[in-house]
Amino acid sequence: MTHELHDITLVVNGRSHPIRVEARRTLADAIREECGLTGTHLGCEHGVCGACTVLLDDQPVRACLMFAVQADGRAIRTVEGLAHGDTLSPLQKAFIEQHALQCGYCTPGFLMLGTAILEQNPDIGDEELIEILSSNLCRCTGYANILRAVRAAAAAMREEGVA
Amino acid sequence: MKPAAFRYHAPRTEEEALAILAAVAPEDGRILAGGQSLMPTMAFRMARPAHLVDINGVAAFGLLAAEGGVLRIGPCVRHAMLGAPLVGGPLGALLGTVRRHIAHLPIRTRGTFCGSLAHADPASEWCLVSATLGAEMVLRSVGGTRRVAAAEFFQGIMTTALAADEMLVEARLPLLAEGTRSGFYEFSRRPGDFAQAMAIATFTLDGGVMSAPRLGLGGVEDRPCRLPAAEAMLDGQPPSAALFAAVAAAALPGLVPMTDDPHRLRLAETAIIRALSRAAGLPE
Repeated sequence: MTHELHDITLVVNGRSHPIRVEARRTLADAIREECGLTGTHLGCEHGVCGACTVLLDDQPVRACLMFAVQADGRAIRTVEGLAHGDTLSPLQKAFIEQHALQCGYCTPGFLMLGTAILEQNPDIGDEELIEILSSNLCRCTGYANILRAVRAAAAAMREEGVA
Repeated sequence: MKPAAFRYHAPRTEEEALAILAAVAPEDGRILAGGQSLMPTMAFRMARPAHLVDINGVAAFGLLAAEGGVLRIGPCVRHAMLGAPLVGGPLGALLGTVRRHIAHLPIRTRGTFCGSLAHADPASEWCLVSATLGAEMVLRSVGGTRRVAAAEFFQGIMTTALAADEMLVEARLPLLAEGTRSGFYEFSRRPGDFAQAMAIATFTLDGGVMSAPRLGLGGVEDRPCRLPAAEAMLDGQPPSAALFAAVAAAALPGLVPMTDDPHRLRLAETAIIRALSRAAGLPE
């Protein structure tokens, strides 16, 4: 067995983190342990729950289903990058207003998935939105409030765009 | 860290990838493409490869082009890329419909078409598409290139014609003729979960009768299959609910399901009827 170490740079929310990891280190573990960004949560660690969803070059991915070495130099976005200072993103605000979280464990994953949806297809139809939100598991509030929050954020962003 | 340690290789060209694979194949070296099936298996340590050959840095493996009557799909083409807007025409419409049944969006942005074929899970939608449409697989090692038809490529549960040092460097899906109708139906317990039964039907309608029909079934037997006897019953006939029910009933006795779950054959029957009805535009 080889425990060879690799020097890589993870670019998370625009900031470079030069780190040294084994090849078997998952991207999720590296973000949490080496970069110290613990907003990205790990639930199942085998691609089912979606708690570790991050954006890789603006695409939502399961950070537990990638090795950190594969993300060397790529643009990674995590929940820590959503707010600007004390100003929450429209989706974060909508999650609070629509009661789209209770225990909060799944929330970072849903926020990153929802952010990707709002960026790529803000006028998404209900059927497709429900299908995409079923990517991640939430066992507290259920999905109706999360769906409402994504819709509310889309409306708020549209209004902001107009104003 | 959940996965066992392994040596990581990141080739930049196909030649380099094949040379590394040839060297590490005897020590359980594997290709890492999307990793959406391999990594969960490694997290459970059901797979403990000593080497991984990560092909994501090989630019040429992103090949996706319609040429000479086929859609050429390279090893790094992701599930999410198959269908509109990148693939048009009747084949693009079918792929776009099927795509939505493959796991979930964050998996579809990473997982690859060729990876699904090489993994050969009997519940894989892309394996069913390949078997039904008669895809051709291009297998390559440092020793040379072989072309293998889908019917010979899939050999059982997670078993294919690929040798340990061979790589699936391209899948070729025949383009569907303009006007080809297609229908897909899948039953799974939850959206994005593994198929319990699924079927694809394609045909053209000429003067109200079906022509060049293809019918494939997946998730039931240990590999996806075409149903030639059923296709013969459809050929030259007008589509009707009664015919589709008769075709599905006739197909069942010949099937060898993977499990003795008594519902599996009924799901197969329903999947066949609904795929045909969707292709014909008839109510299910």
